[in-house]
Amino acid sequence: MSLISVRNVWKEYDDTVVLEQINLEIDQRAFVALVGPSGCGKTTFLKMLLSEEQPTRGTIKIDDAPISPEPTADRGVVYQRYSVFSHLTVLGNVLLGRELQAGGPAGTLFGRLFGAEKALAVAEARELIAAVGLSHAESRYPAQLSGGMQQRLALAQALMGRPKVLLLDEPFGALDPGIRAEIHVLMRNLWNERALTIVMVTHDLPEAFALATRVIAFERRRNEPTDCGRYGATITQDFEIWPRRIPAPLDSLKPPGRDDPTPQTVSYRDDPVKTGSAA
Amino acid sequence: MRLINRRPVPRAARLLALLPFAAVLLAYVISSALRLAENPADKLLPAFSSFAAAIDRMAFTADPRTGDVLLWLDTFASLRRLFAGLAISTMVAVVLGIAIGLLPYLRATLGGFVTAFSMAPPLALLPILFITVGLGEAAKITLIAIGVTPPLVRDMALRVEDVPRQQIVKAQTLGASSWTIALRVILPQVLPRLLDSIRLQLGPAWLFLISAEAIAAESGLGYRIFLVRRYLSMDVILPYVAWITLLAFLMDVAIVLLQRRAFPWFAEARASS
Repeated sequence: MSLISVRNVWKEYDDTVVLEQINLEIDQRAFVALVGPSGCGKTTFLKMLLSEEQPTRGTIKIDDAPISPEPTADRGVVYQRYSVFSHLTVLGNVLLGRELQAGGPAGTLFGRLFGAEKALAVAEARELIAAVGLSHAESRYPAQLSGGMQQRLALAQALMGRPKVLLLDEPFGALDPGIRAEIHVLMRNLWNERALTIVMVTHDLPEAFALATRVIAFERRRNEPTDCGRYGATITQDFEIWPRRIPAPLDSLKPPGRDDPTPQTVSYRDDPVKTGSAA
Repeated sequence: MRLINRRPVPRAARLLALLPFAAVLLAYVISSALRLAENPADKLLPAFSSFAAAIDRMAFTADPRTGDVLLWLDTFASLRRLFAGLAISTMVAVVLGIAIGLLPYLRATLGGFVTAFSMAPPLALLPILFITVGLGEAAKITLIAIGVTPPLVRDMALRVEDVPRQQIVKAQTLGASSWTIALRVILPQVLPRLLDSIRLQLGPAWLFLISAEAIAAESGLGYRIFLVRRYLSMDVILPYVAWITLLAFLMDVAIVLLQRRAFPWFAEARASS
């Protein structure tokens, strides 16, 4: 069964139709890239997935339940800019992803963690910071980081919130090609190793094809000046990348416990295997 | 080389900064000497020896009638009023400014009211304050608070609205409530900017303080200079004005240092945005 289900979604502003008749099913652990010319509504679509905007018609469901009308912790996001908080250090930024979810009276009142819970979150934050390669910069502020490092930090922070779906809005668009290639490797590893379903908006086609399991193009079928916005964009292409990219099964990545039997073989294959619903 | 590209070396820059002060001082000394040569009893531009005598009388000798050293008595009374007024304004500005900037319902309700209220000239409200809360300390503190709070609140609300929308959405995707967004995202980011706007409001705060003291008080820096004005005591007024200016300047410097110390991230974040 698919994780995200978009049924007959339209988005209109006053007289202008931005998106029409969007139908989309996104599987668990898919990596979907949304591409299209600028102004075709792909960012609007992402905003609707995030509940920053509401569809004019149609429904968006995650796990078969309609999404909340406001942004919630089940959907994480990384923007091209302003994704991290300039008043917090690297560690503080990542930690915030857990602290803001803290329950109990102290968490609700102060938005902070205390004692053992905090120590646990700090350990987890350090692990994520290491995973994105920022361990040496733990106590720096975002203004002291390069653009690529800031986006790595934004990824770690979003992952700390344990979202079901990670939404990326042209996250690497402002980076130099070299840095971008590095962060692509990181992105692919993160996707491979964690239970992540990713929807990424990008205007960079090579990036879309390099990272995604599925590339979806938004386009206006009719775009005559005389139409005056009466026709919106819709999905015109829906490629699955071939050979299929299949993420590693999560349990294969956990190091075996001390008392576990020694694994006989690697439990997943590199080569494309067609498995049921995996995209 | 074009004028816009010619820069003084640091040492020259420091000397240049001193130049206007020295020029004013020199002009004063010359004019004072000229006037005193013509009329040794002239009170308008007293010599520095009269200043020294006046400062000694005001700052280092107890007043024979009350036993108080007047300059310190006045300074203490004025600063207490000023700090009380600024403290009230700051607290109201933080709470109301963040609430108006962050909550659309409150912005719709209070935004226009605060703007309209900030247009009322505070000094025109002074008679109302004297009538309603009396001539005591409360009226002076209230005048400062009434004068300084509306611009601070408006500035705070604008600074809150300046926080990129993405950050507010981002905080929500990390599970924050309205309250924790205000506490953990908005408040720490607007506090250094609040210090900036307090710096700008120091001038008006002093203005309201001196005005209130001039009209009705029994002590205070403003009270004193308006009192001795009757005797044309320029030898007291000018050192008092210099002292007030120095106090205001030191407060400004203190706020800058506090901002740098308490918000180490701020200077770079502002430079890079």
